[in-house]
Amino acid sequence: MAETEKTDLASPSSGDAGSIPQNSDQKKKIDVLLKGAGDAPIMKKKKWAVDPTKKVSWIIEFIRKYIKCEPHESLFLYVNQSFAPSPDQELQNLYECFGSDGKLILHYCKTQAWG
Amino acid sequence: MADDREVLRELWDGRLPIKFNLAADEVSSMEHPEPCYLLVPRQSYFPLVADKVQRYFLKYTANSQGEEMWLEYEGQPLKWHYPIGVLFDLFASSTMLPWSLVVHFQKFPEDELLHCPGKDAVESHFMSSVKEADTLKHRGQVINGMQKKDHKQLWMGLQNDKFDQFWAINRRLMEHGEENCFKHLPFRLYQSDKPCVQRLFRPITEEGEQRLLGDLVREVAPQVFNTEVEDASRSWKVVIQGVEPPMETPVQWLSEHFSYPDNFLHICLVSSQ
Repeated sequence: MAETEKTDLASPSSGDAGSIPQNSDQKKKIDVLLKGAGDAPIMKKKKWAVDPTKKVSWIIEFIRKYIKCEPHESLFLYVNQSFAPSPDQELQNLYECFGSDGKLILHYCKTQAWG
Repeated sequence: MADDREVLRELWDGRLPIKFNLAADEVSSMEHPEPCYLLVPRQSYFPLVADKVQRYFLKYTANSQGEEMWLEYEGQPLKWHYPIGVLFDLFASSTMLPWSLVVHFQKFPEDELLHCPGKDAVESHFMSSVKEADTLKHRGQVINGMQKKDHKQLWMGLQNDKFDQFWAINRRLMEHGEENCFKHLPFRLYQSDKPCVQRLFRPITEEGEQRLLGDLVREVAPQVFNTEVEDASRSWKVVIQGVEPPMETPVQWLSEHFSYPDNFLHICLVSSQ
């Protein structure tokens, strides 16, 4: 668990550790901002420090658990409010190409929002 | 530009002969089924071309549960959401043809492959890639300015292997403004044993000069040129669409002519040992 300097990247003010639990802390984590859209419940904590080698499918699973998505419900994830990244895409790639101001913004919703 | 249209046609017509064999331990009939052969477009995806293979082998296997078919090459499960040509260049570019694949209906490798519930899944994956590419090229303005029927035409063009139908729409995605180039280059770089790499890359320098394939490879995969590291004995081939373009090729030209239908330039780094 990475309870080091990286967590302050993720925790705005609350001081609680912002890292999603994970094994590898070898690489510098990236900041991911998760925003609900449409009818999806919002997450109380939106900004997370995530291991860049994690995949999109992993983030989707994380959100599903956090907002208590029922197994029969779908969850869609979008970059730039326009396209759905491939589930096996690494977050590092998305961050490098579509991150801005040092963070990657991802929108999630329960019904298909942007194509 | 006009002269180079032939390149588009040539790549579109690229085909791979494939021999499919049912995995030996999944045969439940008395005799082992004969292999099945197909000539498939490099630009396509396996779920779009392998219906016949699935129907043919299903009767020889115990799987009647409708479990998903998946393909393997020498122990490597093949991702259905990569274009067929990319899979071949990445894993099999030095193999003898026909390309020999193993068909499975059991033990789906959950950790390595995505499920493909049907052709709709291929369509939405494909359209997402086109949108992502246009986000890099034109901030998404071209694809978002199109109508639903244009999107459909792109997809149908690919699915039905109709070059003119596809390019009637796709050429708009290949247009560029006054700068004479895309904002960023949609590319992915693959190595057989590493996750794929995608980075922001401008097709021209700040001085307005064309950047070359060699510049891109040097920036994203420096090991290809690095002779210091221990695997220096390894030499690399840079393969796109089954060919090794010269390192002096401008990336803008490659993007317009060597991209797959999903509008990405899929670059395979192949160790040539």
